[in-house]
Amino acid sequence: MNDAIRDSLDHCVKCTVCESFCPVSQVTPLFPGPKYAGPQAERYRGAGPSADSSVDYCSGCGICTQVCPQDVKIAEINSRARAALWEKRGVPLRNQLIARPTVIGRLGTPVAPLANWALHNRTVRGVVQSVIGIHRDAPMPSFAGRTFQRRSRSHHGPSAGPAVVYFHGCGTNYYEPRVGEMLVAVLEHNGFRVIVPPQDCCGLPLQSNGNFPAARTYVRRLVDRLAPHARAGLPIVSNSTSCGLMLKREAHEILGIEDDDLAIVSKSMYDVCEFLLGLHERGELRTDFNSLPLTIPYHAPCQQRGHGIGKPALDLLALVPDLNMIELDVDCCGIAGTYGLKKEKYDISMAVGKRLFDDIAATGSRVAACDSETCRWQITHGTGVKSVHPIELLYRAYGLGRNRSVPVKAGRPTAQVNA
Amino acid sequence: MATQSPSLSSLEADVLVIGGGSTGVGVARDAALRGFSTILVERSDLADGTTGRFHGLLHSGGRYAVKDPSAARECIAENRILRLTAADCVEDTGGLFVSTPWDDPEYGDQFLQGCKATGVPAEEIPVAEALRREPRVNPDIRRAFLVPDAALDPWKLVWGCARSAEEHGARILPYCRVLYLEMDGDRVVGADVRNERSGEEFRIHATVVINAAGAWAGQIADLARCTVNVRAGMGLMIAMNHRLVHMCVNRCKRPADGDILLPLRTACVIGTTDVFVPDPDQTEIRQEDIDLLLDEGEKLVPGFRQARALHAWAGVRPLFEDTAKVAETRDVTRSHALLDHSSREGVAGFLTITGGKTTTFRLMAEAAVDAACRQLGGPRPCRTADVPLSGSENHALYQISHRLAEREPVPQAEEIICECELITRSRLEDTIKQRDTTSLDDIRRLLRLAMGPCQGGFCIYRAAGILHQGGHVDQAGANQTLLDFLEERWKGVHPILHGDQLRQARLDDWIFQGILDVEHVPV
Repeated sequence: MNDAIRDSLDHCVKCTVCESFCPVSQVTPLFPGPKYAGPQAERYRGAGPSADSSVDYCSGCGICTQVCPQDVKIAEINSRARAALWEKRGVPLRNQLIARPTVIGRLGTPVAPLANWALHNRTVRGVVQSVIGIHRDAPMPSFAGRTFQRRSRSHHGPSAGPAVVYFHGCGTNYYEPRVGEMLVAVLEHNGFRVIVPPQDCCGLPLQSNGNFPAARTYVRRLVDRLAPHARAGLPIVSNSTSCGLMLKREAHEILGIEDDDLAIVSKSMYDVCEFLLGLHERGELRTDFNSLPLTIPYHAPCQQRGHGIGKPALDLLALVPDLNMIELDVDCCGIAGTYGLKKEKYDISMAVGKRLFDDIAATGSRVAACDSETCRWQITHGTGVKSVHPIELLYRAYGLGRNRSVPVKAGRPTAQVNA
Repeated sequence: MATQSPSLSSLEADVLVIGGGSTGVGVARDAALRGFSTILVERSDLADGTTGRFHGLLHSGGRYAVKDPSAARECIAENRILRLTAADCVEDTGGLFVSTPWDDPEYGDQFLQGCKATGVPAEEIPVAEALRREPRVNPDIRRAFLVPDAALDPWKLVWGCARSAEEHGARILPYCRVLYLEMDGDRVVGADVRNERSGEEFRIHATVVINAAGAWAGQIADLARCTVNVRAGMGLMIAMNHRLVHMCVNRCKRPADGDILLPLRTACVIGTTDVFVPDPDQTEIRQEDIDLLLDEGEKLVPGFRQARALHAWAGVRPLFEDTAKVAETRDVTRSHALLDHSSREGVAGFLTITGGKTTTFRLMAEAAVDAACRQLGGPRPCRTADVPLSGSENHALYQISHRLAEREPVPQAEEIICECELITRSRLEDTIKQRDTTSLDDIRRLLRLAMGPCQGGFCIYRAAGILHQGGHVDQAGANQTLLDFLEERWKGVHPILHGDQLRQARLDDWIFQGILDVEHVPV
C-alpha cells in the first residue's frame, strides 16, 4: 500500500522554506514549526500516536505544503499526526462540539435570538470559556434563524436552463443564508438553474480536530448526496473555500478515502469564483455590471491555495467598472477554521492575523472581501470592518439587489430540491 | 573515563582484551563483573569494525532455525537475556518472515519445524493480518510468520558494556593498537600498544590475553605465532530515509542476499550481501551489489526503489573455519568459536573468541571468560545474564519516539544542532567532553549525529564550530575534523546517489563548497 503523505517526507532537503512561511511558528514558540513537526518528526512516528503533542499547535492552514519546493505534504503529515494524537487521547468535548457545525446549527437555529444573545454575552462567553474552552473573545457568527435550505425551498427560480448544483456548506446554511441567496441569484442571472440538494457538514472541522473516523462518515454522507448529480455531469459549486477543498482533495489525500463517488464529486467541484471565471473565459459570463465606485481590500484565504486556482475572485471583480480591489499580501488571517476559537490558541490566532488586520485598517475601507466564511468572521473581529464574499460584490454589480426582493419571498418553489 | 590516554608506560591486568567490538567489550565487562582487573584495547574507536556496521537485527533465531539449529538456540536465549539486561538498546519491533512470490511457500513448513525444534517462538498468521501490520509489504506474499526479532542499537550496546566494565574497574582504551604480543617462552604475557592519537607506546602485562578482534583475530593470533582461520564475509547494507516497515521483515527461505529489511532507529536497513574478502580492511561497495539489494527490497516492499536511500556501507563478518575450505561463506556456521591456544599450539595465556554474531556477543564473552578463569585460578560465576546495563535497570525497552518525546513540552530554550536526529547542543557538548575526542565520527557513533536525511549537511559544520568554541580544537583542527568527516560520509553517500538523496547532496554541496568553501579552508 502506498502512503503518499508519509512518503513525501523523502523529498525534504531541509531547506526551511516552510519554516519561514509558517504563520503560526512566526508568532509563537508553542509550535516548533512545519519542518520539525512534519518531515522531521514523522521519522520518529511509529504505529501509535506521536510523542510530540506540540503538533496540535499547527493550525492546518496548509501554507507549508503550498510553498514547499520539493512537494512534501507537510500540512497533511501534521494533520494525520494530530488525528493519531487525539484518537489515542480522545477528542475533548470542546473539539467535538466545534467540529460539528450542523449539530450547533440545528440547536441554535430554532432559538436564534436567544442563542445569538448568548453567543455575544460576555458573561455567558466567560462561563463557556472556563467550562468548555472556547475563548470568550473568539469570533462567533450569529444564527440566521431561517436556514438557507429552508429559504431555498421557497425560492422562485428558473425552471429551464443548464443546471448547476450548489454545495452551500454549514456557514451559509445557518449563519449566512444571504450569501447563498446572492450566489443563487448570480448564477440564475447567468441563466443557470440551481439545484440545492439536502446536505450536511463535509467533515472538515472534524478532520482538523483530529477525529478522522467521524470526518469520514460525514464526508461520505455528503458525497452520497452529491454523487448522483456529478454522475449526471453537473458541475457543483461552493462558496466555502475550505469545504470545497475538502471535497476536491482532502477527503482523499488526508482522510484516505478511495471511492469512485468521491472521485467524481471531486472532479465536479468548483469554487464559485473559479466556476464563474471559467464561464467568462468561455465568453459565457454576463458582463452587464453596473459601476461600483469602491476601493476594497481583498484577502485570499490560505485554503484557497490548495485549490490551485489562483485568485479567481480578483479576475472576476476586475470586470466590474470602477471597482478597485486591493490585493493584500498576507497569507493567513489566523482563524484556520476552528483553531482560533480555542482558549489556548486564540491569542496565537490573533497574532497571526495582526498583519492582515493592520493592512486592512491601513486601506481605510469599511468593507473587506474574502472567500472563506471563517476568515471573514475573523477579519471583522480583528478589524471591525464588514467583510463580504466576492459574490456579494458581483451581486451588487449585477444590480440584483435592486431588481429582486431580498430576502426572496415565499412563493411557488421552482428550484429543484433533490433528495 | 573511557577515552583517557593511559599515562603510564606500563599497565598490569589479569585480563587484556584485544578488540572493542561487541565481543571485546562483552568480554571486558564479563571479566570485570567477575572481579578480574581488566584492560581493553581497540585500534580505533569502539564499535568501529563489525559491530557498528551490522544491520542491527537482534535475532530471534528464526533465520538459523533450519540450517544452523545451534545458532538458532543461542540466538533465542540471548535475545531473551538482552531484552532484560540491555533493554535500552533493544526496540521490540517484532519480526515477520514472509514467503514472497519468489520464495517456496513449502519452506515455511521447514521453518516452523526448525523453530519448534530450536525453541524459537514462531506463529503463522494469515496474510491479511501480516499486511495489516505491515501495509507496505508485498501484497502477493503467500505465508507469514511472527517471531520475536528485535532491533538492536549497536553503539548504545557497546558503549553501555564499556561503561559498565569501567564501573567495575576495567580500563577501556580505544585508539590503542596492539603492535606486538609479549611472549615469555610459550606464554603470552602482555602486549605492546601504541596510542594512535598521541603516538605514545606502552606495555600492558596480563595473565591472560583474550583475542576478540573478530575478523581481525587472525592478524592478532599471528603476533603469537598462532593460527586462526577467520574469513571475512563482507556484507553490504543500505539505510533508507524512514521506516518503510516497523517490524523486522525477513524472507522465509534459506538465508540469502538482501532478504532482511528492518527498522533501526529512524531509518530502516536492508541487508545484506555476503562476499569473501581477503582483507577485512579492504571493503568495496560495488554498484551491482547496491542494485541487488534495491531489487530485493522491491520484492519485499513494492516501491522500494523509489524510496530515498541515505547511505550504504559494508561490514565484515568474522567467519571462523577450522577444517576444510568452505566455498560459500553463508555455509559457515554462525555459532562462535573459542580457541584455547595452549591446547592448540601450546601457547598459554592466550585465547581467541571469534565467529558468532552480535546477538550472541554476551554468550561468547561468557565462554571466553570461563576459559580465562581456568588460567586465573578457578571458576568464578558469570553475572552478565543477570546484571543490567545502566539505563536498562527498569527493563524499559527503547522506543522510536524517545527523542521526540524528550523535546516536549515545547517551547524548549535549547538549540537543536542535528535536526534530523534531534540532537541538542547540550547533549552534543556533554558527549564531546565525556569522550574527550575531536573526531566528529566518534561523536556520530555515540549520538547518531549526521546520520539522518541530510547526512550532516546542516549539522556537521555546527558541530565543528562547537568543538572549536569549547576549546577542544583550534581553528585548523576544526577545519580538519570537518573535512575528515565529510570525506568519510561521502564514501557512503555516493554509491546510492539518485533521486531525493542526489537533490540533498547538491544542496549540501552548495553549503560546503559554495558558502563555506571547504576546499580552501586553512588546515
